[in-house]
Amino acid sequence: MRMLTGLSPLDRKLLRDLWRMKGQALAIALVIALGVLMLVMMNGLVRSLEDTRTAYYERHRLAQVFAPLQRAPQSLLARVAVLEGVTAVAGRVTGSALINIHGQPLPLSAQAVSLPDRGEARLNDIYLTSGRRPDPSHEDEIILLQDFAKAHGLKSGDPLSATMHGARRTFRIVGLAQAPEFLYSAAPGEFVPDDARFAVIWMSQSALAAVYDMNGAFNQLLLGTSADSSLPAILDRVDTLLEPYGGLGAYGLADHVSNRFIEEEISGLRVSSRTVPPVFLAVAAFLLNIVISRMIQSEREQIGLLKAFGYRDIEITLHYLKFILVIAVGGALIGCLLGVISGRSLAQVYQSYYKFPFLLFQVDPMTFLIGVLVSILAAAAGGMVVLQSVFRLTPAVAMQPPAPADYSRSAALASFLKRFLDQPGRMVARRLLRQPGRAAGGVIGIAAGMSLAVAMLNVMSAFDRTLELSFSLIDRSDLSVSFVEPLSDKVLYELQSIDGVIEVEPVRTVAVLFSNGQHSYRGAITGLPPAVRLNRALDVRQQTIPMRAEGVVLGAALADILQVKPGDMLSLDVREGRQPQLQVPVTGVADTLIGSPAYMALDSLNRVLREPNRVSGAYLRIDSAKQDTIYRQIKALPAIAGVSLKQEAREAFQTLIDTSAGAVRYLMAAIAGVITFGIVYNSARIAFAERARDLASLRVIGFTRGETAFVLLAELGIITLLALPLGGLFGYFLVFAISEGFSTDLYRVSAVFVPQSYGIAALAVIIAALLSGWLVKRDIDRIDLVSALKVRE
Amino acid sequence: METDKTEIAFTTAGLTKVYGEGSATVHALRGVDLQIPQGELVVLLGASGSGKSTLLNILGGLDQPSSGQVSFFEQNLSRMDDADLTLYRRDHIGFVFQFYNLMPSLTARENVELVTEIAENPLSPEEALALVGLSERMDHFPAQLSGGEQQRVAIARAVAKQPRVLFCDEPTGALDSTSGRQVMEVLQQVNRELATTVVIITHAATIAGMADRVIHFADGQIRKIDLNDQKTLAQNLVW
Repeated sequence: MRMLTGLSPLDRKLLRDLWRMKGQALAIALVIALGVLMLVMMNGLVRSLEDTRTAYYERHRLAQVFAPLQRAPQSLLARVAVLEGVTAVAGRVTGSALINIHGQPLPLSAQAVSLPDRGEARLNDIYLTSGRRPDPSHEDEIILLQDFAKAHGLKSGDPLSATMHGARRTFRIVGLAQAPEFLYSAAPGEFVPDDARFAVIWMSQSALAAVYDMNGAFNQLLLGTSADSSLPAILDRVDTLLEPYGGLGAYGLADHVSNRFIEEEISGLRVSSRTVPPVFLAVAAFLLNIVISRMIQSEREQIGLLKAFGYRDIEITLHYLKFILVIAVGGALIGCLLGVISGRSLAQVYQSYYKFPFLLFQVDPMTFLIGVLVSILAAAAGGMVVLQSVFRLTPAVAMQPPAPADYSRSAALASFLKRFLDQPGRMVARRLLRQPGRAAGGVIGIAAGMSLAVAMLNVMSAFDRTLELSFSLIDRSDLSVSFVEPLSDKVLYELQSIDGVIEVEPVRTVAVLFSNGQHSYRGAITGLPPAVRLNRALDVRQQTIPMRAEGVVLGAALADILQVKPGDMLSLDVREGRQPQLQVPVTGVADTLIGSPAYMALDSLNRVLREPNRVSGAYLRIDSAKQDTIYRQIKALPAIAGVSLKQEAREAFQTLIDTSAGAVRYLMAAIAGVITFGIVYNSARIAFAERARDLASLRVIGFTRGETAFVLLAELGIITLLALPLGGLFGYFLVFAISEGFSTDLYRVSAVFVPQSYGIAALAVIIAALLSGWLVKRDIDRIDLVSALKVRE
Repeated sequence: METDKTEIAFTTAGLTKVYGEGSATVHALRGVDLQIPQGELVVLLGASGSGKSTLLNILGGLDQPSSGQVSFFEQNLSRMDDADLTLYRRDHIGFVFQFYNLMPSLTARENVELVTEIAENPLSPEEALALVGLSERMDHFPAQLSGGEQQRVAIARAVAKQPRVLFCDEPTGALDSTSGRQVMEVLQQVNRELATTVVIITHAATIAGMADRVIHFADGQIRKIDLNDQKTLAQNLVW
């Protein structure tokens, strides 16, 4: 210990005490570390995703306003450019396409987008990852979305066969790209993105215009706007200007599908980062508080001695504060480090998931500061309260071992105890009764740990329920098809006539702007047939909600966004066909967990559009033995825009919740487990430290090791058993907070209560208690009888 | 540190101390009037529970009386608050306890440093340990020392700050006769060489032989005070 010579004797005591208690100090530090880890990781992820998104958007000049329309001449662009608040204008051609890949049973959906013939795009430019931009003089040259290419093993130089505007063409891939507007891209009619099943094809303006008959014209207007401009005013003016050209309603970046998805994911993560880590940190802080206070309690004789020497309260406080700080700051720093490491590795998952070309994991320095400060405060608070109570004693009293606790209060129980318990049993019972506060602390601590485990297990089940409800109960089809444009319902007979198709159910999806006062949402209404069987709106009891002739049924998430309940009126601004504006009553709220759907009766929907007997897609139930031939025949149909297999959609959703915001749940569950164990183990250790001398006395007077261990472990056992129901109860309330934190507009995680989760959490606590008990039992067996009795520490 | 022997270090008047309430009330001190001259070696003799430790705690500034006056030279201890008592202990008082009360995580030298650190004009830890004959064992931890050695470290720790008064509560209570005699020798030596007032609590009447003044204590009161003209050397004490 030569290196310690420069330190004051108190500091040397500190270091040696830390070393002596290294196991426990480390256990406490790790509990803090886990709380801080959550905080740093989650906040870091949110910040990094936000920063990356902003940087990516700016670098590639993502438009602020998107306006789809039927067709307008290029000359119109000059008139748009002079609108107030508009800083940049671009008109481009877009269209839907189907890609035929050899070996794929069904055609894959794609969107074709034009690039200027020369130079970079003024707005919505691409990030070319390999190859070059298409040469306008070669009409077959295309750039393909990189992740789609990767999913199918395509590279620059490969040919690609696609059906555009009803004709099959063969193209040559000259480059691969990513784009900020396709960070998150799902096939039409689908909710969950899947790299393998949706592509973007970029072509030169002149080549694509030729394909879609748009020479000298455009069908999508992009605008850049100044920061101080009023978005609603610009949208209004653009809509007015585009009306003669079949404008379908301009919308801002906030309503852009890809941006909205990513915004939702980030805000979901943001909510999680604000609700979940504090819960973990609070539990860690609580535990720390208990542990530190008991540790100091056990030092009271040394504190009395220091006071007898003439050390001031402040000097002694500083000494223990240092002790606490080493543990708290050490734990917090470990947490920061682990938080950055786990945040980094999660960020990589997010980066590939969101297709960011880069992602810098950065944590706001404030987050580190908060993590460290919370840890210090929690630890210091625990220490200070006890120190104050020790300081209140005169040194003479503090130096003596605490007076034997007065067990006479439990005397009334004596006869009862005597009748039913043997001597060790009575010791356990009296100790618990004599110090109910201490026992309660232990119970609450373990219950808090268990509640985390209960809550996380329930939340895990809630994710499964979301999947189950959405893909087994609400959607009972095998596959769904969507058409390029609404078709006559005669197409249903065509589908029905395919050999092996058991059931066909029509559906019509119409883009709609929902609004209720200040609340609005750009979504879609799904028209459902009367005797709906395959794709249903379900109430909370999982019964089909019948569609009335009037009114709309909203998914729970949408009702929430719009702040409406059944009976309220809602404005619908239909963005298709003759674009009617409607006032309809909300007739019901459906228990949906994915997306924000709205439902109407199919006939009513067609009536308001004045387009009777139209369908935009269909749900099919098929004989799986004949699926290959069914796929082949569907692929041959001309009007198909996309085909989605439910199984694939389900898998894609599973991927979504496993790789996006939901991925954190596994880590959280693991941390909940570790914290639970940490609490149980620390409780056992402290109980042992407090009673080592009593236990040695028992051994000396002839108790066996087993009997001695019983006195301590029975207490731990009773505290653990008392903690189980309480932990379940805490967990019940925690489920609401945590599942709310995980819910996004994309999917909801409802608070579910699975009996098994209580059982598993209780079992985990019991196993942790047994393991801790066994570890402590080893120490009891090793008590040095003589020294434990002789030395007053 | 040559002091006039007639100067009075401690004066108490009507000192009482009551612990607890109601039926559990214990009168530890029932009106103690006492004077202890500076530089004497005083033995407080009495059965356990007679109140002698309570008196020592109050004189040492470890505890406050319930009523009555106690002063150290001109300082009125009974009026001091916690901070003043801390300073009083820090500046003037050394303690030696029955169970040594060494910090187990510090070596002998470091245990002494614990006190020299905050003292005004201390002996060096080495000098203090040499005084108690432990120069060779300075870097041992308490667990590596015998009971007598531990107690001598405790004495070294107490005298290192050159206190005006050294209070010893049953300093030999946990020791065998040889170790006990060594400890008493050290205390006598401190009293003689450093002119420190030494107050020793004991229930072993033989120790009284080496005292200037023997105060007999029973039931929280002084029964009688013997002055000893023929002091025995500690090494000649019969155990």
